[in-house]
Amino acid sequence: DEMRDRVVLGEFGVRNVHTTDFPGNYPGYEDAWDQRRFEEAFRVDIIREEESALEFDMVGIDAAIANAFRRILLAEVPTMAVEKVFVYNNTSIVQDEILAHRLGLIPIRADPRLFEYRNQGDEEGTEIDTLQFQLKIKCSRNPQAAKESSDPNELYFNHKVYSKHMTWVPLGNQTELFPDADFRPVHDDILLALLRPGQEIDVLMHCVKGIGKDHAKFSPVATASYRLLPDITLLQPIEDEAAEMLQKCFSPGVIEIQNIKGKKVARVANARLDTFSREVFRHEALKNLVRLARVRNHYIFSVESTGILPPDVLVSEAIKILMGKCQRFLNELDSVPME
Amino acid sequence: VQADGTDGNCITFVLHDEDHTLGNSLRYMVMKNPDVEFCGYGIVHPSESKINFRIQTRGTLPAVEPFRKGLNDLMGVCQHVLNTFERSMKEYRAQR
Repeated sequence: DEMRDRVVLGEFGVRNVHTTDFPGNYPGYEDAWDQRRFEEAFRVDIIREEESALEFDMVGIDAAIANAFRRILLAEVPTMAVEKVFVYNNTSIVQDEILAHRLGLIPIRADPRLFEYRNQGDEEGTEIDTLQFQLKIKCSRNPQAAKESSDPNELYFNHKVYSKHMTWVPLGNQTELFPDADFRPVHDDILLALLRPGQEIDVLMHCVKGIGKDHAKFSPVATASYRLLPDITLLQPIEDEAAEMLQKCFSPGVIEIQNIKGKKVARVANARLDTFSREVFRHEALKNLVRLARVRNHYIFSVESTGILPPDVLVSEAIKILMGKCQRFLNELDSVPME
Repeated sequence: VQADGTDGNCITFVLHDEDHTLGNSLRYMVMKNPDVEFCGYGIVHPSESKINFRIQTRGTLPAVEPFRKGLNDLMGVCQHVLNTFERSMKEYRAQR
């Protein structure tokens, strides 16, 4: 029973890692897949939502599927990013290819669901799959600067090239398709290059839709991770100095000390906060009094978006992509005759 | 998708353009099926994105059936997860 639903952290390793609840393994347990039982046991709790970060719990799901969602969030949710950079004039210190690399990594605020993928071999790009941006900036000297000043902000105009200098150039009928859209980089203050008087940058950029598997610039999340819910059990009551030592072993807030009949007794207050540094195992006296484990099917997801799409939209898109993959194989199964 | 097997019971699918993302989750769903005696997947070579997915059934059930059922079950799971997630988001926003 313990093996089925807890992953136990021992002193030197982790036990019971793999899921073993497949039909036939345990007599007396109904393990075959039952959609209804899954639906009863499954729930999603949203813990915290901010503008670009989301923390939520998924209870009742297995590692394989949770990991599939995480992998899809990182690598297969499409976004728009700069792919081709046409350099007309670049007399700055920053080399063409370095500048192109930096431009590619800028997150662009454009909903990728409005666009299509570009066909292979299509060099020009049509209006349904490409966004065009222009960056044209020239640095000049400021004639009103004081004689002895050495502050570049005073001496020169436009010596720092920020992402806010990128302007959208509509292609074809994009002005009718997106009349009130404003395509620009998510953050305005990304520093791209530094210039001095006489240097100028004049580039035209094409943004296409891509996925993270192709190049990491297309990944829509800053990071997406999950961890299992920690579960700490005290095998015996722990008192006095041992209790104080125990409290120091765990992250703050996990163990709290209560005063019962004058003696200090330790109690697990909030196991969720713990990061499991396994400090307990370094103390001989406390080693055998605590059991560190994780609940096998309770996942705490944390998704941070780069700002292109809000994180809950990203999670929904990831689930839809997994469904799309299954559908693709079902269609192939039906269309190809089995020999 | 390419398939080749020895007889109706066991069959090895070669799925192109797939990796652990679909492979592991599909393997889990197929293993939950009590008719399946053996199910596994492997990546042939990390540079090519192909997986070998093998199913062997006990008895005389044709092996394509658990594959189809696994895919359908996985779709059902995703649909339910999507609905639950969106419902929870709505409730969270409503009570904030």
